[in-house]
Amino acid sequence: MARTRPRSQKSPYPLWFFVPAAIIYGIFFLTPTVSSFWYSLTRWDLTTAEFIGLENFQQFFSEPFLVQSLVNTLIYAVTTSGLKTVCGLLLAVLLTSNIFARGFLRTVVFFPVLVSTIGIGITFTVMMHPTKGIINAALGALGIAGPGWLTNPSLALFSVALVDLWKGVGLATLIFIAGLAAISTDYYEAARIDGATRFQQLWRITLPLVRPATITVVTLSLIGGLRSFDLIWAMTRGGPGFSSDVVASVIYKQYQAGFYGLSTAGNVILFALIVAIILPFSLWFNRREVVQ
Amino acid sequence: MRHIRPYVTGGIALLFAAVVFILPFLFILIQALKSKSEASRLSFSLPQEWLFWQNLIAVFKARDYQLLLAYFNSTLITVASVSILVILSAMVGYIMQRRRTPWNAVAQIALFMGLMMPPAVVPTIGLLQNLGLFKTIHGMVLIQVAYNLSFSTLLYRSFISTIPRDLDEAALIDGAKPWQIFFRVILPLLKPVTVTNIVVQSIAIFNDFTNPLYYLPGKENVTVQLTLYNFQSMYTSQYNLLFMNILLVTIPPLIVFIFFNRQIVAGMTAGGVKG
Repeated sequence: MARTRPRSQKSPYPLWFFVPAAIIYGIFFLTPTVSSFWYSLTRWDLTTAEFIGLENFQQFFSEPFLVQSLVNTLIYAVTTSGLKTVCGLLLAVLLTSNIFARGFLRTVVFFPVLVSTIGIGITFTVMMHPTKGIINAALGALGIAGPGWLTNPSLALFSVALVDLWKGVGLATLIFIAGLAAISTDYYEAARIDGATRFQQLWRITLPLVRPATITVVTLSLIGGLRSFDLIWAMTRGGPGFSSDVVASVIYKQYQAGFYGLSTAGNVILFALIVAIILPFSLWFNRREVVQ
Repeated sequence: MRHIRPYVTGGIALLFAAVVFILPFLFILIQALKSKSEASRLSFSLPQEWLFWQNLIAVFKARDYQLLLAYFNSTLITVASVSILVILSAMVGYIMQRRRTPWNAVAQIALFMGLMMPPAVVPTIGLLQNLGLFKTIHGMVLIQVAYNLSFSTLLYRSFISTIPRDLDEAALIDGAKPWQIFFRVILPLLKPVTVTNIVVQSIAIFNDFTNPLYYLPGKENVTVQLTLYNFQSMYTSQYNLLFMNILLVTIPPLIVFIFFNRQIVAGMTAGGVKG
């Protein structure tokens, strides 16, 4: 569009419109984020900060339970992200096909996304009770001895991840449904004429063409998984022992214990972890997008 | 055979969804209606006596009507922060979409960071203490605004690109000042995305647990999610009241969802919301 107004005239889009938002964002998000790099190098009690170099980070990488929280964070993020992507896509394919009660089913799958995480956490904690819970009661009726979902240290993190899947899969499904709607039905018709099976259609047409939605779902659920705190906290408090602790719950525990420097170091580590995973991931995908 | 198939697949899907997605909500409902001893069995059976009112009143009365205060606080925080968010993010989205300046790149990076980065909690607490905003409702409101600006701005920016520049130009020729163009011409046209934004952000802020846990401790500032969390440790023997509380927390999003289903879906797919 050609600019007809002389340059000296003021733009009708004043930059001061940025200012109020920039002030709030700058003070309450940016300042703490930047200063966290300094505080992570200190022994800190909120009034005085004593510089101790990399001691907090050394401690983080030498204490077994802190290292485990780092590993758990990765396991949790990858598990929930993978499950949400696969289940979300399958549900989306089902819920865009010609089936009975489709609208109702979409609603039912999506609703948990909007419900309080704490409420869901408590509900599933009760349902997963090793002896009295209804999940093990149902399994018992089928002749299967149900596991201690949240009491078995090697299972607890995965049980929480399953509940995360239950709560979050609706959002993934929704994004995939939007992606599937953009695929022209001509492709499927052509494939059918060529004699492609349903599975081949899914693998050769749907999957490549739904790529932008897949990238969105994977990115969002990875970020969400890495930052995840409230569901884990409501269900296990990081237990039994430290078996389901993640970096976000360690940050809270160290804060409660008064180790503010260590807690902030945890924050910086989480920060670095997210950048290290998400940045290459999105750069890689964006480049491939351009090549195609 | 062909015309029966949708019913067969649909039927199986319906059965599966009923067991997996609806059953937990039914469980919440029946637990909330039971007596104390019956609820403690944690079983999936209909209550022998239906104690809806008794449990409801007991939950509200607990700890000096703490739940009433919590609903008041949560509503206040939600309404205040969403109102500020809507105005500020619409302004940023408008300029980012309309004007090409070096500041756009800065705003873009800030937006990306806001969506991705976990906030640094303890430094934020230190900052809030220095500003005298720690443990205050208005401090919490400002935090919610800062944390949710990115998503809100993203929604506005993509919607504003669908509004023709001709409108701005016409208003300019008619002698409107820049702020008049925005508040009188553009903002009213943003109503659909504003509704989406209000609904999605209200649910997110109302359901937020982590931020009030860190920045809003203390009895007089409880929010709905914090009350539920406190009840969890307090009501280990009174599952009926605990589940009545969960039921009460679940109902507001349900009502919003029934009325604003379309807007929620639009907002969630446009930005693909926070984890």
